[in-house]
Amino acid sequence: MKDKFMLGKKVGMSQFFDATGLAVPVTVIECGPVVVVQKKTVETDGYTAVKVGYGDVAERKVNRPDKGQYKKFGVAPKKYLGEFRTDKVLEPGQEIRVSEMFAVGDAVDVSGTSKGKGFAGTVKRYGQSGGPDTHGSMYHRRVGSMGANTDPARVLPGKRLPGHMGSESVTVQNLDVVMVDGERNILVLKGAVPGPKGGLLEITGSVKSGK
Amino acid sequence: MDIIKALEQEQLKSDLPSLDIGDYVKVHLKVKEGNRERIQIFEGTVISRKGHGLSETFTVRRISYGVGVERILPVHSPRIDHVETVRKGKVRRAKLYYLRDRVGKSAKVKEKLVKPT
Repeated sequence: MKDKFMLGKKVGMSQFFDATGLAVPVTVIECGPVVVVQKKTVETDGYTAVKVGYGDVAERKVNRPDKGQYKKFGVAPKKYLGEFRTDKVLEPGQEIRVSEMFAVGDAVDVSGTSKGKGFAGTVKRYGQSGGPDTHGSMYHRRVGSMGANTDPARVLPGKRLPGHMGSESVTVQNLDVVMVDGERNILVLKGAVPGPKGGLLEITGSVKSGK
Repeated sequence: MDIIKALEQEQLKSDLPSLDIGDYVKVHLKVKEGNRERIQIFEGTVISRKGHGLSETFTVRRISYGVGVERILPVHSPRIDHVETVRKGKVRRAKLYYLRDRVGKSAKVKEKLVKPT
């Protein structure tokens, strides 16, 4: 169960000085406020969770099924939605600010969609070495061996080959919270987070740190 | 982007020392030993200033026991107590990396005599 969660947008990276005066690389996130859109319970949905919305959107941009949902729970339409498993008692329409969820010193996990790299070869995609550039080399960044010949006489499943890279869901674990500003809805984390500037991020309490 | 600018602005020091290239300076650094804090002085010639805003750094070079030592310090670092200018230097370029290849008298920066105001 994740009792701490938030939605936000990546603003960009910078550096901060920490308490000891060391320069720390940080990511600035525009975080929330999120509004509880729907409460899921064991009776109605088979599990407990909350659906939260972030960012305003014009009503004409919401399709009719969604509009009905928003109307049912009495919440203004939101641009992004996220669902989190939690036992916390929250009611639809309730607004949550980042300062209520996280404090300086907490550790968080951040999920986002990584930057798309397009169709990438094995050197970029899997970090394979590639061949020499010169000395008559005719093997630069090509795919290596496909495997054995007569036996098994086929390419084994899972063979690392060129293909689409990036634009996938990536989670970075255990990032320290450097600064929280509930007034301006800012969350500053130590380290990098996946995705481009402006990308949507799901921030949850850290699974591993025990904090 | 403007959020980052605003956040960085809050961390900038307002009482910045006048640090010019070629100046011979004493940098008063706060050093923590256990829970005691004391001031350590690093002196030398400012040979470069790099970057801008919060991430701006300057390089101080000195010869210590015959070995060249350079420290790169963030201008806005809270670890710097203050910077004292001992004498101004007369230089014609922004980066004094050529000092690294020199020894003896040629590795010195001429003093710039400033009219007292």
